[in-house]
Amino acid sequence: MTTVPIDLADRFEIRPPFMFRWEHSQHAHVLLYPEGIVKLNKTGGDILNCCDGHTNVAEVLEQLGALYEVADANVIRNGVLRFLEVSRGKGWIRIKT
Amino acid sequence: MAKAGSELRLDGNGNPVWLLLELTYQCPLQCVFCSNPRNFADYRRNELNTAEWIEVMRQARELGAMQIGFSGGEPTLRKDLEILVAEADRLGYYTNLITSGIGLTEARLRALKDAGLRHIQLGFQSTDRATAQQLAGVDCLERKLGMARAIKAQGFPMVLNVPITRQNIGQIPQIIDFAAELGVDYMELANVQYYNWALLNREQLMPTREELQRAEAQVQEARERLGDRLTIFFVIPDYYEGRPKACMNGWGAIHLTIAPNGNVLPCSQASSFKDLDFPNVRQQRLGEIWHDSPVFNLYRGDAWMPQPCRSCDEKEKDFGGCRCQALLLTGSGANTDPACSKSPHHQLIQQAVALAQQPHTNRPLIARHASQGVNLETTP
Ligand SMILES: C[S@@+](CC[C@H](N)C(=O)[O-])C[C@H]1O[C@@H](n2cnc3c(N)ncnc32)[C@H](O)[C@@H]1O
Ligand code: SF4
Ligand code: SF4
Repeated sequence: MTTVPIDLADRFEIRPPFMFRWEHSQHAHVLLYPEGIVKLNKTGGDILNCCDGHTNVAEVLEQLGALYEVADANVIRNGVLRFLEVSRGKGWIRIKT
Repeated sequence: MAKAGSELRLDGNGNPVWLLLELTYQCPLQCVFCSNPRNFADYRRNELNTAEWIEVMRQARELGAMQIGFSGGEPTLRKDLEILVAEADRLGYYTNLITSGIGLTEARLRALKDAGLRHIQLGFQSTDRATAQQLAGVDCLERKLGMARAIKAQGFPMVLNVPITRQNIGQIPQIIDFAAELGVDYMELANVQYYNWALLNREQLMPTREELQRAEAQVQEARERLGDRLTIFFVIPDYYEGRPKACMNGWGAIHLTIAPNGNVLPCSQASSFKDLDFPNVRQQRLGEIWHDSPVFNLYRGDAWMPQPCRSCDEKEKDFGGCRCQALLLTGSGANTDPACSKSPHHQLIQQAVALAQQPHTNRPLIARHASQGVNLETTP
């Protein structure tokens, strides 16, 4: 699949019909969609939590960097961009227009 | 496409994640493949009321259920459907309506949208009028087509559920084209599960191996042609696969069905177990039923498994198959699902498959009807 590379100015949002929220009984963020559920690990949940239609990718990187206190900015950057790409490929998120 | 490293398998951690509410078994249609109980009419006078359904949803949500399906029978026959959907949405459920479309109107669709309904599964038989009538027992094609359009016009994500039988398998290309044109998101070419009315009609309904292979090729062609526009689910049925389906992800693992009268079932087919005393939400709390009732513990995990399942390395994959199918075909729910080629009862499936390869019989299809005390039994 060929996709346009992610731009730091892009603002992502959760794409309907997906519904993203914290699920207490699972102690995790989940993505609910027709007839299915995806349980996210801590980082995945934290990244999708920033896909609110307001925060741009540069700000997501900043917030995640602060949250995880990782010294090397490249580690966060690669991880987050890869996760956003995968999420977009799976149809979980889209660029807010 | 890259794989997500962050997707964890959701097993409910011992809690239910799916809640299916069978609001009523009443229905204006009479599908010849209907999986509802044959004595569906007996449930009518004991249906839970609005407050009771709300209490069920609340208790299940507390246990961890996240997905809710409103089904039946025809759930839109319940006047309180909008109230229940709104309450489910408020509780945090992902709300799904499972309907034949008969009983819906544009005004009700709008009201359901306002109530927070997220998704609709529409049952569909055929784009050919006579076939649709033959399968649904009632002439309903125009209304279904109209409802399908109205659902899309309201912007609902929609899956078209098409149970596949001998009667409609030849029309798969037309049905796919119709779905694609309409802008349906998902289409499930569902294998008929042979319980209740479908089991009564099995010999007349089951497609041949050849028909299934042709259908598989047509689906493959359509997938390539349509790409992301329409996702089509289609798998070769268990009768032809030599392996059972991973029914419900295992008994009492992640799924809860509530029958119209408040009986709590590990699967919507479980009332086939006539000897089991099903717990009821009017008498007991859901948490107690889920964790401690004899019915839910009966086939939970793998301690109940006989050979060949017990020492089989596939038992984590299919959980020994469907308990209801084992019961209905072998006489005991504790047997290996006969759809498995390793089952000592597999010849029962092979016989049914052999029968299906014969030319069409003229035996009439039996439409779903209130039996009024006459007990029709299947001939093995
Ligand atoms: C029992 S119906 C109840 C809801 C509604 N009356 C309807 O038909 O959509 C639920 C779903 O199961 C499908 N269905 C019914 N009987 C079936 C069977 N024996 N095997 C597989 N699917 C079946 C229907 O097409 C429908 O999508
Ligand atoms: S499958 Fe057909 S008969 Fe059965 S409940 Fe649905 S619409 Fe009614
Ligand atoms: S023997 Fe049992 S566990 Fe093994 S494949 Fe067959 S049904 Fe599944």
